[in-house]
Amino acid sequence: MLLRHTSKEVKEREGLTINPAKTCQPIGAMYAALGIHGCLPHSHGSQGCCSYHRSTLTRHYKEPVMAATSSFTEGASVFGGQANLLAAIDTIFSVYEPDIIAVHSTCLSETIGDDLQQITRKAKDDGKIPEGKRVIFASTPSFIGSHVTGYANMVTGIAQQFAVSTGVKKNQINIIAGWMEPSDMREIKRLAKELGVNIVLFPDTSDVLDAPQTGKHEFYPKGGTTIPELESIGDSLHTIALGSISAEPAAIALEKKCKVPFETLEVPIGLTATDRFIMSLSEIGGVTVPDEITADRGRLVDVIADMEQYLYGKRVALFGDPDQLVPLTEFLLDLNMKPVQIVSGTPGQRFEKTMRDILDARSPETKFKNGIGADMFLLHQWMKNEPVDLLIGNTYGKYMARDEDVPFIRFGFPILDRIGHSYFPNVGYSGGLRLVEKILTALLDRQDRDALEEKFELVM
Amino acid sequence: MEQISILEGRHKQVFEKKTGGEQVEISCDTSSLSGSVSQRACVFCGSRVVLYPVADALHLVHGPIGCAAYTWDIRGAVSSGPELHRLSFSTDLQEMDVIYGGEKKLYHSLIELIEQYKPKAAFIYSTCIVGLIGDDIEAVCRKVAKETGIPVLPVHSEGFKGTKKDGYKAACHALMQLIGTGSTENISKYSINILGEFNLAGEAWIIRKYYEKMGIEVVSTLTGDGRIDAVRRAHGASLNVVQCSGSMTWLAKEMEQKYGIPYIRVSYFGIEDMSKSLYDVAKHFPERPDIMEAAKQVVSEEVKELYPSLQKFKKALTGKKAAIYVGGAFKTFSLIKALRSIGMSVVLAGSQTGNKDDYARLKEMCDEGTVIVDDSNPVELSKFILEKEADLLIGGVKERPIAFKLGIGFCDHNHERKIPLAGFVGMYNFALEVYQSVMSPVWQFAPRKGVKI
Repeated sequence: MLLRHTSKEVKEREGLTINPAKTCQPIGAMYAALGIHGCLPHSHGSQGCCSYHRSTLTRHYKEPVMAATSSFTEGASVFGGQANLLAAIDTIFSVYEPDIIAVHSTCLSETIGDDLQQITRKAKDDGKIPEGKRVIFASTPSFIGSHVTGYANMVTGIAQQFAVSTGVKKNQINIIAGWMEPSDMREIKRLAKELGVNIVLFPDTSDVLDAPQTGKHEFYPKGGTTIPELESIGDSLHTIALGSISAEPAAIALEKKCKVPFETLEVPIGLTATDRFIMSLSEIGGVTVPDEITADRGRLVDVIADMEQYLYGKRVALFGDPDQLVPLTEFLLDLNMKPVQIVSGTPGQRFEKTMRDILDARSPETKFKNGIGADMFLLHQWMKNEPVDLLIGNTYGKYMARDEDVPFIRFGFPILDRIGHSYFPNVGYSGGLRLVEKILTALLDRQDRDALEEKFELVM
Repeated sequence: MEQISILEGRHKQVFEKKTGGEQVEISCDTSSLSGSVSQRACVFCGSRVVLYPVADALHLVHGPIGCAAYTWDIRGAVSSGPELHRLSFSTDLQEMDVIYGGEKKLYHSLIELIEQYKPKAAFIYSTCIVGLIGDDIEAVCRKVAKETGIPVLPVHSEGFKGTKKDGYKAACHALMQLIGTGSTENISKYSINILGEFNLAGEAWIIRKYYEKMGIEVVSTLTGDGRIDAVRRAHGASLNVVQCSGSMTWLAKEMEQKYGIPYIRVSYFGIEDMSKSLYDVAKHFPERPDIMEAAKQVVSEEVKELYPSLQKFKKALTGKKAAIYVGGAFKTFSLIKALRSIGMSVVLAGSQTGNKDDYARLKEMCDEGTVIVDDSNPVELSKFILEKEADLLIGGVKERPIAFKLGIGFCDHNHERKIPLAGFVGMYNFALEVYQSVMSPVWQFAPRKGVKI
């Protein structure tokens, strides 16, 4: 019992976090920046931050993750990090030759008062940014929000700092990817193509963090949204933001700057959220939904119907990031399962409100909490008090699953001990099918393991 | 170095061994250049890795959530008993705390945690931000120690205040506060502390067993499978045996000064260095020839079993080339010898934290043409690997996928190793892992080292 330290009794804690269900903003900014082609993320802070983020992303993707650091020293933290950042910009363009440097701040640089906008402007004025190259930035202090809001801030920075409106509209629709895997982004592009809608997806980490073995270490893999694509988003007809926390802020910024109207949808995980996404995209794009997509949907519904008896009433605990948890909760309800305990470390009232809307009618007894105090320790305490049949969350859930002997599905970030998330999507109808398969496999394997010999069934 | 372009300003940190070539002194012990894609970490990281294995202590990270989240159970430093170290505790500082200070939060967190878990001691890690907002963590720690009766030790590990090595030192400083506070009654005269061994994959247990077979008492392991009570009585040992010299030499020197305990540097990797580390301890007790006899016995038994089993690997691996890029330089020496014993040569040797002496010794040890680097980066590593036609890279988590993308084998010799690589059995595991990876059939299907198939 690794977590023998989890007490059953839930006590109010004074600002202490035990086993967090979140991490800090900069890693989200780094992940978002990797979704731009030819971009080198840059961490304006101590060396450790950059190293930790790269290691965590590398463990999650099993891919090289490149990012530079301002390497703060004691001097920089007294006199400000401007000199470090200017030197860094010089070094990076001359040695690593990216098209774009995406700078994000850290708790250290924010607290000493470094102004990224001012420093990057100075870099431009001083001629440190070569012709045709770009330096963008986002403010991501670690003491605000979480990795999810850090992602949102960088995506907003991308939208704000690249978008140009030429006055001539382009026949294309922006899709702003909320935090999702490269596999999910690939699937979104495939769905749009199948629908026949011209889109610009950003950021896009497919072909960056799921790159093939080529015998070369590509410092800038072939994927990622390109500069011309990003500049064109200001002329798009419409924007769809996938995720109210991680994608919507960028859509708002884009509307403000270039008057591109937007709508916010959930990340299309599960049946209902995918339905909404397909309907929206087909309406905005003025296309009809092709038979192939309808058939995909039909297959998902068919499987759910086939296996309904094994899903009914199963109690599920889940933790992770808001933009994933919301559609996942809805999907579990559609599957006739009971999402009974939900925890997200990311703060924000939006999550609470959306969850209320979903749960009040269909599962009012569900416990959920986000922000301060919403950590895995709390979830574990809840699980101890009211046992569940299934746990869904990132790799750190394995301790709770083992201690409580509960089937466990890895979902979210980070996943450090299994593969698949980079390659097989959770979004769309095929992603839904994958989730149902995973849920059923976990539940039925458990049923087989625990079955008495005479009840050990061949056909299920 | 004409053919390989390196980072401007890094020329002094890269060296190629050539007869008649310019004999420059390698520059090290510096912080990384701003803007480099460094593989290095920070002060906090150094402190955290050294103290982390102390399993019955409370480890509270005072700062925003990231520092605690990224160091939550990522090292396989195993414990034979308590596992409090595997949980993640953070004061999760918010914007208001940054403005008004985090002392109150720290105090309450400590009281709550100590009440709940009854740890033997508590380590409080300062992160970057704490160094800036000016929380007086010393005062909070004193107050809590007084109220709870356990040692509450501040670790000054603000990320920006130096390199990872300064973090080691801050950790050692905290350990020094504990050492000397326990009873040394009944400790044998023939006793040691094992320093700089973190029990990754259970390695400390293997080493401990060898010493115990020799009739040596191991008073404490710092810090693998560590316990506060053992740390408290470490000053009762007769000798400090220091591995991973980067992290623990400072502590050994302090203990020498304060308690008169001499120290020796050892390495447990490879047959040669492993045997030497047993002999060197035995030599320290000349009045007991039986200890040396027992050491010889251990070595002979182990080698008799190990040597034949290595031959299969040696046969397959002879002539293959390796690149080494690890944290400490001392490990590099052992790895060069260990690789030679299985027929492999080293074409690139580097470390994140080596010092001047380390690099001087490295230059001496390496073959003609070997590239030596300090604080390298992925571009450099990839270029040298291709240029020198390495078949294997030994490194850590960030280097692994680079090796595989290039189509060469990889061995994790950092904290993410899953099997013990120390000791005689560790040499077998090491050879097996190298063999598995270098000779893997997967490379038949892969375009290797930039060449199309």
